[in-house]
Amino acid sequence: MSIETTSSAGVRQPVPTEGPRPFGPAAAVMLAAGAGVFVLGLLTTLAEASTGIKDGLQWNDRVGPLSGKTVIAACVFFCAWAVLAVAMRRSDPPWKPVVYATGALVALGLLMTFPTFFEAFAPE
Amino acid sequence: MELTSRETWTLIHGLILGSLFLLAFAGGLAGLYSFRAELVTPEGIRERLFRLRVGVTGMAVLAWATVITGTWVVYPWYRESLAGKTLEACKGLQAPNDKCSPKDFLLSNASGQTSNWHEFGMEWKEHIAWIAPMLATPAAFLVLYYGRNLVADRRLRMIVLVLFVGAFATAAIAGLFGALITKAAPVR
Repeated sequence: MSIETTSSAGVRQPVPTEGPRPFGPAAAVMLAAGAGVFVLGLLTTLAEASTGIKDGLQWNDRVGPLSGKTVIAACVFFCAWAVLAVAMRRSDPPWKPVVYATGALVALGLLMTFPTFFEAFAPE
Repeated sequence: MELTSRETWTLIHGLILGSLFLLAFAGGLAGLYSFRAELVTPEGIRERLFRLRVGVTGMAVLAWATVITGTWVVYPWYRESLAGKTLEACKGLQAPNDKCSPKDFLLSNASGQTSNWHEFGMEWKEHIAWIAPMLATPAAFLVLYYGRNLVADRRLRMIVLVLFVGAFATAAIAGLFGALITKAAPVR
């Protein structure tokens, strides 16, 4: 497999590519990123809504609940990436559902980290 | 001219790691946008791909380093509770000191209406910043994985660009609030 470009002398020249690559490994890292961002947002909102959850996420007293939220979100990202990478290493899923699912997860995660949103769940 | 240990770490977190990340973004964006068959020669593809691989990988590493130093080194100094619940020790101050942390200082409104800098600015910054490395990492992986195939596949290039710009946008929001909050209540 090659692509055709024009050399500096103006001659059309084929350039070899890496060969066909399945979309599975790319889908794995994208979905894992979506899951990581979504979990970060979810934990942020849950911690605001419940003092018990907030205290439970305080894994380090100096950092506060942010310690639990960020460690869990990063672990979800890397673990999901590892699991999905193994499961999808040879698969070639359609790219649209993967892109839309990643976009939705990231958008929801982003929304749930927005103070005006998560503060609406704070107990009176 | 002297910097305290805290000021040095704040500098490493914001000015060195954060600025390098934003700088890497500018180079990476230009490289990705023009990584097309009609714009590059065969020699150009080889040379540009190497730079792109180094740039996007560096950007992902810098993003992780920035949020880790921010959360685990600088943030505890910002949020420590020194002034007590009433924030009495912050009254009349113009800047945080060893009896009034930056968070205490902002919440006390000792020098004007500053509590929103913490309640909105810092609350958003501390969370949104972590989205940047989680978007920069897939962007870097896609460039490393697909390599020269990106030249021929516009769809893949667009996916990488969206992830790349998303990482930048979230980091830029965090960086902007970081700079403004540090101006209002520096960590010393």
